[in-house]
Amino acid sequence: MNRNLLRKKYDTMKSNDKNLGWNVNEMAQKVAMDIPDGAYVNLGIGIPELVAGYIPEGREVIYHTENGLLGMGKVAESQTEDPELVNAGKKYVTAIPGAAYFHHADSFAMIRGGHIDICVLGAYQVSEEGDLANWSTGNPDDIPAVGGAMDLVAGVKTIYVITKHCTKIGSSKIVKQCTYPLTGKNVVSRIYTDLAIMDVIDKKLYVSELAPGVSFEYVQQKTEARLN
Amino acid sequence: MINKIVSSAEDAVSGIFDGATVMIGGFGEAGSPVELIHALIDQGAKNLTIVSNNAGSGHVGLAALIENRQVKKIICSFPRTAISVVFPELYRKGEIELELVPQGTLAERIRAGGAGIPAFYTPTSVHTSLSEEKEQRDFNGKPAVLEYAIQADFSLVKCLKADKYGNLTYNKTARNFGPVMCMAAKTAIVQARQIVEPGVIDPEHVVTPGIFVHRVVEISNPADESKLVAEKIRYHEIK
Repeated sequence: MNRNLLRKKYDTMKSNDKNLGWNVNEMAQKVAMDIPDGAYVNLGIGIPELVAGYIPEGREVIYHTENGLLGMGKVAESQTEDPELVNAGKKYVTAIPGAAYFHHADSFAMIRGGHIDICVLGAYQVSEEGDLANWSTGNPDDIPAVGGAMDLVAGVKTIYVITKHCTKIGSSKIVKQCTYPLTGKNVVSRIYTDLAIMDVIDKKLYVSELAPGVSFEYVQQKTEARLN
Repeated sequence: MINKIVSSAEDAVSGIFDGATVMIGGFGEAGSPVELIHALIDQGAKNLTIVSNNAGSGHVGLAALIENRQVKKIICSFPRTAISVVFPELYRKGEIELELVPQGTLAERIRAGGAGIPAFYTPTSVHTSLSEEKEQRDFNGKPAVLEYAIQADFSLVKCLKADKYGNLTYNKTARNFGPVMCMAAKTAIVQARQIVEPGVIDPEHVVTPGIFVHRVVEISNPADESKLVAEKIRYHEIK
């Protein structure tokens, strides 16, 4: 999308408070800008997957998917779908030339052993100390399922979170303390939301960028945690 | 003379006893040994403890095994999928036991089981509800959780090519848990898309060396689990 089109989009958004700030594609673009050339990256399921579409030209990034592929390519076209070539979200994907397959113990050795540079995850809640809750709402009627989330936050060098700033009913996802069950403690480095980008430094949140038309005060008003 | 090839899925699963621990390979449908699981349903062993990443989809494969009330407990990382109906229903009724394990810890517990390591410490799940009752210890100032190895009586695994010695290659991301599950079972049972003569698989390309494998059966046209699920087929309708 070119800059004029983007700006046009922002203008339409500004007219509606509900649509204030970045949309998910723009959020993904912000994350992509922070992924350096040569990085080994694991993208969580959902919004994080969008990041792959926005890596700036001239940068080469290798995607790891924890079910056993390094060098994941784009989502498969319907005629090339292979039910035995999937990503962690069980979507049919492709492998780039130079990709490698491996078993699960090796895949999580890459994760736990600190070989993956960056992981981008979604969140139910992130605390001002960088605690992440993204695997369970604690609702006893839900079927508990954890997958690789706890391994990723324990082992990957840098954890980025990409999420809407507030839930659908308007409560802040950026909180003083997570009330949902934790995925990991003090694990998140940076949070990208529709309203702002925030860094977790020494257990405090610092706003490093505001979405167009969004003031610091506005973000603070929408945030349970204290912003700096 | 060593020959691990058996002639049918029925022969392959013979001897699986009531109360056995059975590892089942696959990440969703990729690598799921559907034909071996269906043979286990026909065979009828009950009170099984299943070790598998997921808990099945639709009414075929692992979901059908659970639906047939052969599974007492499942050790698993992600029992919730878009089309899982059987496990959630039984779980909510309290009729199946679940041990939820982070995916990497599950893989490493299985690997450890196959490698003769009784337990290990990992930073995964520290400060979470999944480590509440587990022993913890600090290493270099960082906490880690004690996790025990998992061993099984049997494992059911799907591969691409096998020879009579049990050397295996896999197909793409269908490899997932196959290699570690073969290592961790007393009897590793494998369905191969193709059985080849010894030497056809280049020794440099063997993924699972035959020592870890006990029975191999050729299933040349394995079912496409997602198609069966999409068409709402139940396992007994496949015959």
